[in-house]
Amino acid sequence: MAKKLESTLINMILSLVLISMVMSAALGFVYMKTKDPIEAASRQKEIAAIKQVLPEFDSDPVADKTEKDGVIVYQVSKQNQPVGFAIKTFTDKGFGGHVEIMAGFLPDGSINNVVVLSHKETPGLGTKMTDPKFSYQFLGKNPAEFILKVKKDGGQVDAITAATVSSRAYCDALQRAYTTLKMVNDSLSAKQ
Amino acid sequence: MGNLKYLTNGLLKENPTFVIVLGTCPTLAITTAAINGLGMGAATTFVLVFSNLFISLLKNFIPDKVRIAAFILVIATFVTIVDLVMKAYTPDLYKALGIFIPLIVVNCIILGRAEAFAQKNSVLPSILDGLGMGLGFTLAITLMGSIREILGSGSIFNIRLLGDNASTILVFILPPGAFVTYGFLIAIMNRIKVKLNI
Repeated sequence: MAKKLESTLINMILSLVLISMVMSAALGFVYMKTKDPIEAASRQKEIAAIKQVLPEFDSDPVADKTEKDGVIVYQVSKQNQPVGFAIKTFTDKGFGGHVEIMAGFLPDGSINNVVVLSHKETPGLGTKMTDPKFSYQFLGKNPAEFILKVKKDGGQVDAITAATVSSRAYCDALQRAYTTLKMVNDSLSAKQ
Repeated sequence: MGNLKYLTNGLLKENPTFVIVLGTCPTLAITTAAINGLGMGAATTFVLVFSNLFISLLKNFIPDKVRIAAFILVIATFVTIVDLVMKAYTPDLYKALGIFIPLIVVNCIILGRAEAFAQKNSVLPSILDGLGMGLGFTLAITLMGSIREILGSGSIFNIRLLGDNASTILVFILPPGAFVTYGFLIAIMNRIKVKLNI
């Protein structure tokens, strides 16, 4: 068996440099190989989420998106007729911090559907906000007349029992989506 | 012939999770569902096998004083490869495991096997040892994930076992449930080890 290299300065440097070089070459190769699949996967996820919140469409929403203060607005159309807007919104007021929500708005401003993309709420309590039983009350409502606040705060939303903070966070995210939508809409109609 | 014992070593006698009690961070954190355990186990096994392989190959080339740095370089490379591949091909699992994939780098099982085994042994035993330890870890955390998922969510591998309205023991998918499950499993393992006299 070959003798082990002595721990001299030159040996240590040589050995670490060579190992780093080989390993970074390997990593570079894997990075190039996986770059496209990673992009495709994240794109597919975006489109899948948009499909859940809006009626059928045939445009490419990822190509037609605007970002404003961290909220992403996707414009979606079918045969050049607007289908609505999918809005990826968020709030940091959740019981476990950051919550991401995808909300679909029809062109008239009413909510078509809402799905929670990611959250860290308490299992069994706050997680009920992903339940259709909670999100059902928002469907078809237009935030212009439907006050997006829980009833305790003077709004019209039935909060989840024992998860008022999560319910408030949900409303906060939806309100942010609606505000952004109005801003984007105004700038769009100003252009025309 | 004698090589087989390296493979079975990690399964029971020196099971990394239940006997050596290493790598408890992912064990406690990600075992809220059986599939997470399986995914984490597979990722760790891959890293273990390849880091053991490379470290046993390079053992005469690495001077003693910088061995930990060299081991971490090798381990981090394979962890990053797993990270990229999972992100590309299993995005849902990648999201569920989150930060615990990059944290495989500092999983004591891997550095422990490099230090205690791979740097003293030749290639074949090192690969078998990595595989055995990896499988032992996978079995252990998949078992934990299954128990917690059945009790806490009423499902296994995302297949529902109970009706939608059945009440489950929620605490098992919360952090305290991880400790309770872990404690009971270690106790059971000790009992089995005493019975089998190993």
